[in-house]
Amino acid sequence: MPDNGSTQAKAATANGLAAAQETKRQRIRLLIRAAGMLPVLLLLCIGFHYLSEGRFFTGQNLGIVLQQAAVNTVLAAGMTFVILTGGIDLSVGSILAASAMAGLTMSKLPELSALWLPVAVLTGLGFGIVNGALIALLRLPPFIVTLGSLTAVRGLARLLGADTTVFNPSIPYAFIGNGSLTLIPGVASIPWLSVIALLVIFVSWVVLRRTVLGVHIYAVGGNESAARLAGIKVWAVLIFVYGISGLLAGLGGGMQAARLYAANGLQLGQSYELDAITAVILGGTSFVGGIGSIWGTLVGALIIAVLSNGLILVGVSDIWQYVIKGLVIIGAVALDRYRLQGSART
Amino acid sequence: MNDPILEMRGVSKSFFGIKALRAVDLTVYAGEVHALMGENGAGKSTLMKILSGAYRPDPGGEIRIEGKPVRIEGPLGGRAAGISIIYQELSLAPNLSVAENIYLGREMSRSGLLARGAMREGVGPILERLGADFLPSTLVAHLSMGQRQLVEIARALHARSKILIMDEPTTALSAGESERLFALIRQLRAEGLAIIYISHRMDEVYALGDRVTVLRDGRLVGSLDKQDIRADAIVRMMVGRDVSSFYKKDHDPEAGKGHPVLTATDMADGQRVKGCSLTVHAGEVVGLAGLIGAGRTELAHLIVGAAPKTSGHLELEGQPIDIRTPGEALEAGIAYLTEDRKALGLFLDMSCLDNINLAVIGRDAKLGWFLDRDKARERADRAFAGLSIRAANAGVPAGGLSGGNQQKVLLSRLLAIAPKVLILDEPTRGVDVGAKSEIYSIIDNLAKAGTAILVISSDLPEIIGICDRVLVMRSGHIAGEVRRTETAPLTQEDIMALATGTEHLDA
Repeated sequence: MPDNGSTQAKAATANGLAAAQETKRQRIRLLIRAAGMLPVLLLLCIGFHYLSEGRFFTGQNLGIVLQQAAVNTVLAAGMTFVILTGGIDLSVGSILAASAMAGLTMSKLPELSALWLPVAVLTGLGFGIVNGALIALLRLPPFIVTLGSLTAVRGLARLLGADTTVFNPSIPYAFIGNGSLTLIPGVASIPWLSVIALLVIFVSWVVLRRTVLGVHIYAVGGNESAARLAGIKVWAVLIFVYGISGLLAGLGGGMQAARLYAANGLQLGQSYELDAITAVILGGTSFVGGIGSIWGTLVGALIIAVLSNGLILVGVSDIWQYVIKGLVIIGAVALDRYRLQGSART
Repeated sequence: MNDPILEMRGVSKSFFGIKALRAVDLTVYAGEVHALMGENGAGKSTLMKILSGAYRPDPGGEIRIEGKPVRIEGPLGGRAAGISIIYQELSLAPNLSVAENIYLGREMSRSGLLARGAMREGVGPILERLGADFLPSTLVAHLSMGQRQLVEIARALHARSKILIMDEPTTALSAGESERLFALIRQLRAEGLAIIYISHRMDEVYALGDRVTVLRDGRLVGSLDKQDIRADAIVRMMVGRDVSSFYKKDHDPEAGKGHPVLTATDMADGQRVKGCSLTVHAGEVVGLAGLIGAGRTELAHLIVGAAPKTSGHLELEGQPIDIRTPGEALEAGIAYLTEDRKALGLFLDMSCLDNINLAVIGRDAKLGWFLDRDKARERADRAFAGLSIRAANAGVPAGGLSGGNQQKVLLSRLLAIAPKVLILDEPTRGVDVGAKSEIYSIIDNLAKAGTAILVISSDLPEIIGICDRVLVMRSGHIAGEVRRTETAPLTQEDIMALATGTEHLDA
């Protein structure tokens, strides 16, 4: 068989080509996966810019979007930790309200007013640790525990202000709520709220991707039984993530208080937990835990803020805003699931 | 012989240009058990999925059932063509009754209402024929694994399937349940069903197979008739080379013997483990044999602190030691390889690198917290080279690897702590022949280096092939020990006698 060798050689090159194409395809798939919802965010921005006749991409409007996204970004960062372990924290809105109330009350005490912000953050941390302890030590389901604290902490928030709105027009560090950090004088500045949010995202990234604790968080979410058998202190990881979620809700409460100079235990932070969860899910983090990234969460939070801002710019009534936001969220996640088909799980 | 019931001619399947099956011919006759063997990735499951209709074969091939060409399309296509598959992970709904499961998707109804009574009556004869010891109204959740398998078979018979494909059906069964399954398979064969039996276990193929077909790298290597079925021939066909010393045991137990490394005394958990004592010396490989349910895994869990003990104490190198969590066991140098790699061992979504380093990242960390990524990469590279783990790179998720490579990744995690004691629970379960042989030589090398090793295994040839002595457990107790001596090798008979308690049969 004279041409046997050449057929084999041809087959080998064909195989090589196919393999090269396959690696190329895989690389593209990885790239798409890493980019996640970023293309959706950019499309939304461009779309709104066009529909609003060029009012979206202005320095002032972008500042507003970033500021509006800030508190939700902070809450969603905490939520990312929790969802990565396969849990959920429904109580962040209530914790935010209680922390803001605690902070504002403290700010009205003359000698201790400067301590209001740490008090707000620590109040959040306290509630978060209680959540975590109930979940980790008593082995109660996270949904139930945080559903309970959603209600109970809301009550405590109202109790803190005797069910009234607490004002403090001279609250210390008010600049973080309304001031901006000047990057280039007269040209570019960035709201302090957004600076805080970006710092939170960066620190979260360091913790999740560069520390032992981060690997343990992914491990607990990926396979809790295996984590236990591998010697990971699962209870400590759980208390940490709920503690962090509470702490960041407390920080969010501080940010809201500084922005509004006021807080109301009944109204503040109502259904914030839903926006935070939405941001995390839009960011591609798996609801069953173990898969996800903090950068995705940032993109998710920005999508929500851009949607709210853009729909107002375009002049859509607030009733329709609800409908459109809901549909975009479902559509975006459907797209994501479609895109990730064939990966290990969603 | 009579006409074949199933003929596959030149069936191929490629994914993204990679050939998973290359022009495979397979002929199966009614009334035969046709064993299908091959390493993981050889194409067995692809072939099966083509027959079930989950995959569509590449154009060019032909499938004939009872002489008529058929196209099997969609998940119901296989069943419509008379082919039923019983998967390793059973596909029953545990919250429904036996009858409802058998009728699943084809429920009987009377004027729009579910006809439960009629369905129960309808499955009665089939269950009787199979010798089932449960009622059609029993909830599947209340059945044992063996009984569930019976329900799957009943479902296949109820659909009037002529070809039954079984994928490693004994993995989750106890020895007794397996025996009953074999008897049933022989009965079905006598009734004229064709059974394609996929298994890694040589003894099952000996016991059941009328013919064996071996696949390798998507190609059909060949078929053997019953009288030609021999382990060495099959292994050679599967691996493509002679496996001269499949079980590797070069280490000398006498040389390392001297100091006991792990001594467990009177271990009990109040349920499955009822007071077990054992000692493992440096450089020896001790087998822990016994039937499924004898309490071997439970004993291992007690030793490493994965389950609370009601009594017992441990000594490590002569010093009493208190171990309450798996973390403490690892810190002390006692590593445990779980039998359930996917549920209790690996993090399938995490990279091989993270999986390998998981137990030591805390020790390696900079400033107590920050990952030492260079060290982690070095360790992963060493593990990949040392254990010849085959994957694109250490960054790919562990879930994408084959069973054997997953097992090596998990083993690397344990070896990273340089354990004094290594407890291996079914170290080669779901691992292909090539990787098995490699794992045996890893175990052998560790023993040479002085590690004390306890191997739990249900695979008796494996236990006999690699262990120096064997402890046998029976219903929560250590029933006895079988030693290898100069004159008498370890035998399956001695071990099984202790495991089943037949040595007391006269009493």
